[in-house]
Amino acid sequence: MPKQLLCKENLAWLGSAIVIFVVCSLLMNAGIINSYYQITLYNICINIILAVSLNLVIGICGQFSLGHAGFMCIGAYCAGIVTKMMPNFGGFMIGLLIGFVISAIVALIVSIPTLRLKGDYLAIATLGFAEIIRIVVQNMEITNGAAGLSGIPRLTTWPLLLAGVVISLIVVCNFTRSAPGRACLSIREDEIASEAMGINTTRYKVIAFVIGAILASMAGALFACNFYVINPTQFTFNRSIDILVMVVFGGMGSMTSSVIAAAAIGVLNMILQNFSDIRMIIYGLALVIIMIFKPSGLLGTREFSFKKLLNRRKEK
Amino acid sequence: MEPILQVKNLTKNFGGLCAVSNVSMKINPGELIGLIGPNGAGKTTLFNLLTGVYEPSSGLIEFDNDGKKVQLGGLKPYKITAYGIARTFQNIRLFKTMTVLENVKVAMHKNIRYGTLAAIFRLPSYYSEEQWVEEKACELLKEVGLYGKRNEQATNLPYGEQRRLEIARALAIQPKILFLDEPAAGMNPQETAQLTDLIHRIRDKYNLTIILIEHDMSLVMKICERIYVLDYGKLIADGNPEEIRNNEFVIKAYLGEEI
Repeated sequence: MPKQLLCKENLAWLGSAIVIFVVCSLLMNAGIINSYYQITLYNICINIILAVSLNLVIGICGQFSLGHAGFMCIGAYCAGIVTKMMPNFGGFMIGLLIGFVISAIVALIVSIPTLRLKGDYLAIATLGFAEIIRIVVQNMEITNGAAGLSGIPRLTTWPLLLAGVVISLIVVCNFTRSAPGRACLSIREDEIASEAMGINTTRYKVIAFVIGAILASMAGALFACNFYVINPTQFTFNRSIDILVMVVFGGMGSMTSSVIAAAAIGVLNMILQNFSDIRMIIYGLALVIIMIFKPSGLLGTREFSFKKLLNRRKEK
Repeated sequence: MEPILQVKNLTKNFGGLCAVSNVSMKINPGELIGLIGPNGAGKTTLFNLLTGVYEPSSGLIEFDNDGKKVQLGGLKPYKITAYGIARTFQNIRLFKTMTVLENVKVAMHKNIRYGTLAAIFRLPSYYSEEQWVEEKACELLKEVGLYGKRNEQATNLPYGEQRRLEIARALAIQPKILFLDEPAAGMNPQETAQLTDLIHRIRDKYNLTIILIEHDMSLVMKICERIYVLDYGKLIADGNPEEIRNNEFVIKAYLGEEI
C-alpha cells in the first residue's frame, strides 16, 4: 500500500467516519434516534449517494443530466429481484453487482449518442432515456409491472448504508483529483480548449456518466432493501428533479455541499411533514431565494478539507 | 530537408463563403513563421483547419511524424494534438476556475500513464505519475514566470499573464509544432518585448517549429524568418520579412489600390 494513503488528512477522514458511525449506532441503540428519525437518516444517506453521483456528472463534468432516477431504478429492481430469491447479505451483494453491470451498460448505450448534445438538448435526451427505462420496467414480467415488487427483505443496515456513502464519496473525490478528473473539469470549463489540449472529450464524458450511473444504482439497491416495496412510480421525472435540486441547492462541483444539501433537505422534509400542503411552497420558495441571492449554491465550489484545516493550525 | 508540415491546396467553404481557398504551404522543422493578413483574411480559419477544429472542404495537410507521413485533414483535434501539435487561442480559452497549475496539468494528459481505475483506487502508479506531473508543470510555470501564482485561479490573472499561461499550457503538450494565434494582442510594448524573448527562448529550448498569427508588424518583422500573407482566403505572398515589406500585393491588400 502506498504510504501516502496514511497521511494525516486521510486519517482524519477515517476518524470522522468512525465517529459518525459509532455515535449514530449508540444513539440508535439508546432509542434517541427512534424509528421515525431513523427513516429520515436512512433517506438522507441514500440521497447523499444520489446527489454526489449526480454532482460528478453535472458539477464536475458539466453535462446536464436529468435521467438519474433511471439508473437508481435499475439498481433498485436488480437488488429487489435478487434479494427476494436470496434473502441474505450474499443476495444483496449479487443484486448490487448485477445492478452495477446493467446500469453501466445502459449508461454506456445512452451516453455515446446523447453526450454529443449540449446543455438543454442533453437534459431532454437523458430525461427521455430515464422515462424509457421506467416504462420498460413497468411492462416487464420479472419486475411485476406497475404493481411493483413488495416484500423485499430489509437488508439495508446502518453500517451498510454508511459504507455506501463513504465509498461513493471516496470514488468521486479520488476521481476528481486525478488526471481523468482534471480532464472532466476542463470539459466543463471549455470543451474546445480541452479537446485542443489532447483530451478525448467524449471518452471522459462517458466515463463520468458511467461512474455516476453505477453509484446511482448502488443508491437504488440500498433504497429497495430499505422500504420493502418498490414500484415504477417512485422513479419518475420527479425523483430526478429532487436529486438535481440537492445538487443545485448545495453548489455544483462541490461534494461537501451535496452532502450538506441532502442532509438539509432531508431534515426540512421531516420537519414539514405535518404541513404537507405548504411543504412544496416552502421548498420552491427556498430554491427561488437561493437562486436569486446565491446562484452558485450554498457553498459554491468550495470543499471542506482537513488538509487546509491542519495547515491553518500549523500556521498559528 | 523534409518539411515537417505540408499544406496542399487547402480549401474551406462555409456555405457560399470561401474562407480559405487553395492554400499551399511548406513548413520546415525549426522555422519561425508568421501568418499575416487584414481582418477576415482567413488566418484563424486556417489555424482551425490545421488543428482539427474544422474539417477541410478539400486539400491535404501532411505532417511528418518522425519520418512517417500522416494526413491530419479531418482528424479530431485531440488526435492532432497527440502528434505533437499545440495551439493557443485568439480569444483566450483558459480553464477559468481551475488553478494555474491545474491548467498546465490538464495539457499533460496524453503523457500520463494511469487510468481511471488507478485514480479511484489510488494505486501506486497514481502517486508516482502525479509527482512527475507536478514537477514538470512547476518547471514549465517557472519558464514563463508564473510559478509564484500557481495556486491562483486562472481567471484572476492579468491579461498578459493569461496569454503567457496559454503558452505554458501549450508547451505542456510537448509539441513539435506550436501555433500561436495573436499572442501579443492587447499587450503593451514592454509586454510584447518580453513575449518576443519568450518565443525565441522556447523555440531554442524545446526545438519547436512555431507558426504565429499577429497584427503587431514590429513583432512579426523582428522574429519571423518567413512570412505568409493571406487576403480574402488566398495566399498572396510569401518570403522573408524584407521581401514581404516590399511586395506590391501585400501593400495593396493592406493599404488599398493606388489611384
